[in-house]
Amino acid sequence: MQKVGTYRLSFGLMALALVLSCLLNISSGSVNIPFADMWSILFGGTSEMDSWQYIIWEYRIPKALTAILVGGGLSLSGLLMQTLFRNPLAGPFVLGISSGASLGAALLLMGASLLTGMGTFSVLGNISMALAASIGSFLVLSVVMLVAQRVKDTMALLIIGLMFGSITSAIVSVLAYFSNAEQLQRFIFWSFGSVGNLHPNQIWLLGLIVLVGVVLSMISLKPLNAYLLGEHYAQSLGVSLKKSRLIIIVATGLLAGGITAFAGPIAFVGLAVPHLTRQIFDTMEHKILIPAVFLYGAILMLLCDMIAQLPNSANILPINAITALVGAPVVIWLLVRKRKMIF
Amino acid sequence: MDYQFSHTISIGGLSIGYGKTKIAQNINFSLESGSLCAIVGINGIGKSTLLRTIGGFQPKLSGFIQVLGHDLESQQPEQLAKELSVVLTEPPASKNLTVQELIALGRQPYTNWMGKLTETDKNQISESLNAFLLTDLRDRKCHELSDGQLQRVLIARAMAQDTPVILLDEPTTHLDLYHKVQILKMLRELAHERKKTIIFTTHEIELAIQLCDRMLLLDGSENPFGDPCKLIEEKHFEHLFPADMVQFDPKTGSFRVNK
Repeated sequence: MQKVGTYRLSFGLMALALVLSCLLNISSGSVNIPFADMWSILFGGTSEMDSWQYIIWEYRIPKALTAILVGGGLSLSGLLMQTLFRNPLAGPFVLGISSGASLGAALLLMGASLLTGMGTFSVLGNISMALAASIGSFLVLSVVMLVAQRVKDTMALLIIGLMFGSITSAIVSVLAYFSNAEQLQRFIFWSFGSVGNLHPNQIWLLGLIVLVGVVLSMISLKPLNAYLLGEHYAQSLGVSLKKSRLIIIVATGLLAGGITAFAGPIAFVGLAVPHLTRQIFDTMEHKILIPAVFLYGAILMLLCDMIAQLPNSANILPINAITALVGAPVVIWLLVRKRKMIF
Repeated sequence: MDYQFSHTISIGGLSIGYGKTKIAQNINFSLESGSLCAIVGINGIGKSTLLRTIGGFQPKLSGFIQVLGHDLESQQPEQLAKELSVVLTEPPASKNLTVQELIALGRQPYTNWMGKLTETDKNQISESLNAFLLTDLRDRKCHELSDGQLQRVLIARAMAQDTPVILLDEPTTHLDLYHKVQILKMLRELAHERKKTIIFTTHEIELAIQLCDRMLLLDGSENPFGDPCKLIEEKHFEHLFPADMVQFDPKTGSFRVNK
């Protein structure tokens, strides 16, 4: 538990990988900008084309920042859920938390537009979107938590999460049926997931949400570690179960809900990254896992986004599809090599 | 360690159970530091419920439980964690922890918000590793351990928590005779040498008679408590089980099957 030092090298390499993937992410996109020009633009110089400067500063850097926040935050929420439920297969998507966020978002985009009339994305609209998605995910998370206390079985919990996912998507379909084409289109584009096109204000808000999530996780370091022994042991170690559980749920709901609000429901990152991280950092100590999982998630998201951009082509694939293509095989691989799934 | 009060734990008129169902009542005993006490009784009589109640995991129905002279319910969880540690029947939720990591978790009540281990913490951890013959296994993952080794790890964790009172729920189940005796002798040593009060539930009545300083016999009525020899003299073991199957032999301190 005290061996933070032994992981220093790994952390160094991860940080390096983050910088590299960040540069790669910024360098790639529909417009081909040579690496040398990108470099000089980044350090305040000039480039061959003025539009390149605009593309990099106004589009690609915000997008890279969003990818870091989204990937890191989602992965962290996955880690928190796996520890809270002491279940290696827990994650925002599997437990229906993302569906809860979708429901909140759908209600806002398709249901409540009559009430507020928020056709354009104002800051208030952003906050209400984040709020609606967070509340949606809190609700599902709380219900899953309640059920989890009655059903101790790992598989049962996952099936229940799946059912919640089905229920929420059913409600979403009903909403979709009654909404007009424009609302429906907005919802569908949102549900593809995207880390681009965020207004600086939205990025600030997202950053704030992720920061709060990280801070709440950091103050829960000891309870999180104690939960590894089980709830009774945690209690006997002086952990206040009610308080710590609430903090962890709020952190998870904020991370999963807030991110889903801005970037859409992004699959598998939350579930897969904690396991991938444990392949490098062979420890259960959250002091190490929290930053490591965040870094790993950020790197993975930057790379997924890069693939989604289809370098040098004008097409952008839905990022949700890319993460599922990357994440689902990882989960299968982990399940087949069952030993590594020991939580 | 010296306490200004003679009893580390005292219990009087205690009734335990869940809600309206009373499982056992009229439980009275107190223990000093440095004593090993076994709770025995037939299945379903409430041994584990009693232990969980003393551990603060479920509320008592009536009576009092005092730990180091204070009522159990009045204690803050952080304070209680320095007075009372537990070893439960449930395995640790994560078996991916190493032996050392798991034992280090016992130091949580003493560490700062980040869980940073001081020299005192590290010494306590290596002492616990030594006392339970785990030093060579320190970097093993828990899923690689045998039942007996895992049980020793869990007890070592309780020792690292350095509390005057340690509660253990059936620490010897799933172990062979050799490892049962090993665990009980280690507990006895821990109680005597480090002046701990150790209470455990068990079905190993014959071993408990030989190794414990005190025993609590849950029999559903009087619940006698005291020195094992005295309990034998007063013929309390005869009533522990229905007489149709087994009979207690006071001379050897063991049970005989009625053929």
